[in-house]
Amino acid sequence: MTALLEVRDLRKWFAGPRPGPFRPRAKLHAVDGVSFDIQRGEVLSLVGESGSGKTTVGRTVLRLARPDGGTIRFGGTEITSLSRDALRPFRRRMQLVFQDPYASLNPKMTVEEIVGAPLAIHEPAIGTAERRRRVEEALSLVGLLPSHIGRYPHEFSGGQRQRLGIARALILRPELLIADEPVSALDVSVQAQVVNLMLELKERLGLTILFISHDLAVVGHISDRIAVMYLGRLVEVAPTRALFTAPRHPYTEALLSAVPIPDPMVRRERIVLTGDVPSPLNPPSGCPFRTRCRYALPACAEAPPALREMAPGHWKACIRDDIALASPVGVA
Amino acid sequence: MMPEAVTDRGALPAALAEDEILAVRDLSIAFQTPAGRLAAVQDVSFTLRRGETLALVGESGSGKSVTSLGILRLTPRAPFCRITGQVLLRGRDGRVRDLVALPEEAMREVRGRDAAMVFQEPMTSLNPVHRVGEQVAEAIRFHEGLGRRAALTKAAELLELVGIPDPRRRLASYPHELSGGMRQRVMIAMALSCEPQLLIADEPTTALDVTIQAQILDLLRRLQERTRMAVIFITHNLGVVAEIADRVMVMYAGRVVEQAPVRPLFGAPLMPYTRGLLRSVPRLDLAGLGREKLAAIPGTVPDPLDPPPGCSFAPRCDHVEPGRCDAALPGLDLARPEHRVRCVRWAELAGGVA
Amino acid sequence: MSGASEAPIGLAAAPAAAPRPRRRDGALRRFLRHRLAAFGAGVITLMVLACAIGPYLLPFTDTEIDIMQRFAPPFSGPHLLGTDPLGRDILARLLMAGRISLSVGFSAMAISMVIGITVGLVAGYYRGWVGMVLMRFVDAMLCFPSIFLLLAISALIGPAVGSIIMLIAVTSWMEVARIVEAQIRALKARDFAVAAEALGASDARVMLRELLPNAIAPIVVAATLNVAHAILAESYVSFLGYGIQPPTPSWGNMLDNAQSYLTSAPWLAIIPGAAITLAVTSFNFIGDGLRDALDPRMGGR
Repeated sequence: MTALLEVRDLRKWFAGPRPGPFRPRAKLHAVDGVSFDIQRGEVLSLVGESGSGKTTVGRTVLRLARPDGGTIRFGGTEITSLSRDALRPFRRRMQLVFQDPYASLNPKMTVEEIVGAPLAIHEPAIGTAERRRRVEEALSLVGLLPSHIGRYPHEFSGGQRQRLGIARALILRPELLIADEPVSALDVSVQAQVVNLMLELKERLGLTILFISHDLAVVGHISDRIAVMYLGRLVEVAPTRALFTAPRHPYTEALLSAVPIPDPMVRRERIVLTGDVPSPLNPPSGCPFRTRCRYALPACAEAPPALREMAPGHWKACIRDDIALASPVGVA
Repeated sequence: MMPEAVTDRGALPAALAEDEILAVRDLSIAFQTPAGRLAAVQDVSFTLRRGETLALVGESGSGKSVTSLGILRLTPRAPFCRITGQVLLRGRDGRVRDLVALPEEAMREVRGRDAAMVFQEPMTSLNPVHRVGEQVAEAIRFHEGLGRRAALTKAAELLELVGIPDPRRRLASYPHELSGGMRQRVMIAMALSCEPQLLIADEPTTALDVTIQAQILDLLRRLQERTRMAVIFITHNLGVVAEIADRVMVMYAGRVVEQAPVRPLFGAPLMPYTRGLLRSVPRLDLAGLGREKLAAIPGTVPDPLDPPPGCSFAPRCDHVEPGRCDAALPGLDLARPEHRVRCVRWAELAGGVA
Repeated sequence: MSGASEAPIGLAAAPAAAPRPRRRDGALRRFLRHRLAAFGAGVITLMVLACAIGPYLLPFTDTEIDIMQRFAPPFSGPHLLGTDPLGRDILARLLMAGRISLSVGFSAMAISMVIGITVGLVAGYYRGWVGMVLMRFVDAMLCFPSIFLLLAISALIGPAVGSIIMLIAVTSWMEVARIVEAQIRALKARDFAVAAEALGASDARVMLRELLPNAIAPIVVAATLNVAHAILAESYVSFLGYGIQPPTPSWGNMLDNAQSYLTSAPWLAIIPGAAITLAVTSFNFIGDGLRDALDPRMGGR
């Protein structure tokens, strides 16, 4: 099996504030050495809280930002430092769906122009009629009416806009779809519609999906594997069921325990993490999670722990192998 | 001047029971928009007891936020927005006032002193150019008439109460120097500064990460145990509802569609909309066990300017019966003790699903 | 809760954000509801029409000298608005001057918009050192008092209508550049621009198709105000004798000629002065009206 996407030791810095008027800018390590593969046809979720760097990973993999270290291979070709022009053929093979269905569609364009934009860019030779036909086809693919083609984004509800965003992403039939919090801005009843749509399209079009989210319930439903990020690093990577039933990193344990379960009969002891995520400008030494970890030892401050494979496909970055972690799900 | 007790009884169209803090009766809120009159909230009634938490659940446009703003009359003024009905609130002094009829001056004193509010985005509710301490202290001074120094001391105590580490130093911070969770704690501290009888929390954890949300929910629960205040918690997150609520009121398109204590609501929901909402959330305990289709509710919420006839959920409902559901607006029936539902078919459906 | 009383007003509008088609004529309706703006638009329309066809309807041309009728006051004889020291009909001169002044205003605006939009677009899109250099150049240009620059250069190159237009244009594009730059910079961070980039769209496509149409509202407002500014600038310069040269009339040089007769024939100054004031205030009203009508909060969604 060959991986569609191979990411190795990806790093991305942003310029932070200057500590003084004549001092160099601080470096903000948004992504600090992240490695993962996505197999063809797989759904891999990237989970983390705000500031964990998950969105930056998505954007950098798409080369919307230039990585400051590491390599990205797509379909066997290294795209880490390709020029804009050299990158163009890859653009049509990987697409992005955004979180905010209001900001991601140009308010001054019609549906035809928005959904047809990828065609205008990558297949400028096709005629207007053909382009319109394919836009209509893409609209019905995502459950919208072909007659919506002349409308403007503000005439649609949030869920419908998200469908438009998906239609735009899929009109060129990409291989990889990066979905950055695609349902978190939607109403609960509409979220389920969009999740169903994405899974259905994945089957029909044979998509590979990198799903970026903070919503563990949705992630648990949609993913084959899950990678948990904290402060720019992966702390745990595992098959979905294994991650939910037997988390191996204390952060995953706390994250799972913090998810409110919609059942008032379930009363569980919750692990409430103290404090906030540390500033990425000044991350803790060693393990990034140690300042909030209830299992932290002095040794945790020494060096950032590497990801180690604890069981087939189950990786964790934690030096404590002697702890038994709880799961809200229990053993199946 | 008349003795206060007499005025009180005179201003009391219907009294509150001894342990009740709030009674809302037939509250309706309508906005005047360029496109016509928009009935945002219609005929909402409920009561709230001391120490109780009522969760207001609904999607965007359900009227849940407008209801809470209307209770404190924080909606736009008269020509743009009309509030009718009754909102009886027992103040800290034990007096019961009808907030709908109260003059603006008196209303201003009620806000913050008897009832306080916490919003979703603490950054927009805090003034970015003033230090946190001054803002908390000002709220205290306005209602308690304390001096600056005393108010600042109390502000520090409040910040400590809401779990802000090193509160004395934090008084000098500006809002942007705090994290989202910390800002929400400051908002809660401000809301609690005058020990209100009623706290309205409008999606207070929606903008926060799950681990921080857990902290804030914990904090609210602890504070409520201590102060015995009544809480209206507005959210769209059913998980949060299950954790925090004693009773739940589900709203859809401006109306209450189901109202019940939390256990029966989750255990045996009667309204198809409530059932749909509960089923559309992926279950954590089934994570990774295959990708059955989620039971999504088709369609979208109706346009409030052009509501469907009859039951407003009918166009999206699996159990819709043409001729019955779209004929007239169903009443809010008392199906079981304390459990109300607005559906003409609840009795038949309960037989099949329960 | 201090400060809380303002916040909810904005929140209260949120639940009303129903998926309702916003009609395209909304902006026009809002504009017309702005009374002064509607008035301004009416005045400018009338002025343009009068200057375009008025001269053909008058019995006098603007250069015809009637020695017998020198210094005729307004409403006193065949000359409706009176005559000037050479006995030329003031109404005819006013209308011909209006042609010059208005076309200087519009042309200078058009050119300054082209320069301003281009600079702003490029600077806002590329940022980095390109944007830095461009915007510092804008700052440098803004440091010159533009009226003196105008006077100095026109004294140097010898004035003609074309050169006056160019001069006014190159001294009045900076504000536009700043507005556009700020807009583009903000828009470029929006998701729809990122989406276009993720599709592999060319820079030109992103700039012209995606970003610029979303910045059009403030540009239109700036353009209107720019016309007013250009008319005023032409008047200054012509009044001081460095602008449009007689016998070609312009509102500015009509004022210049009126200087010596302020006490004996005040209408010579009052009439062109009123024309300038009316035109400039009308454009300013239109600008205000457009600003309200095209409010980005209403049109940007």
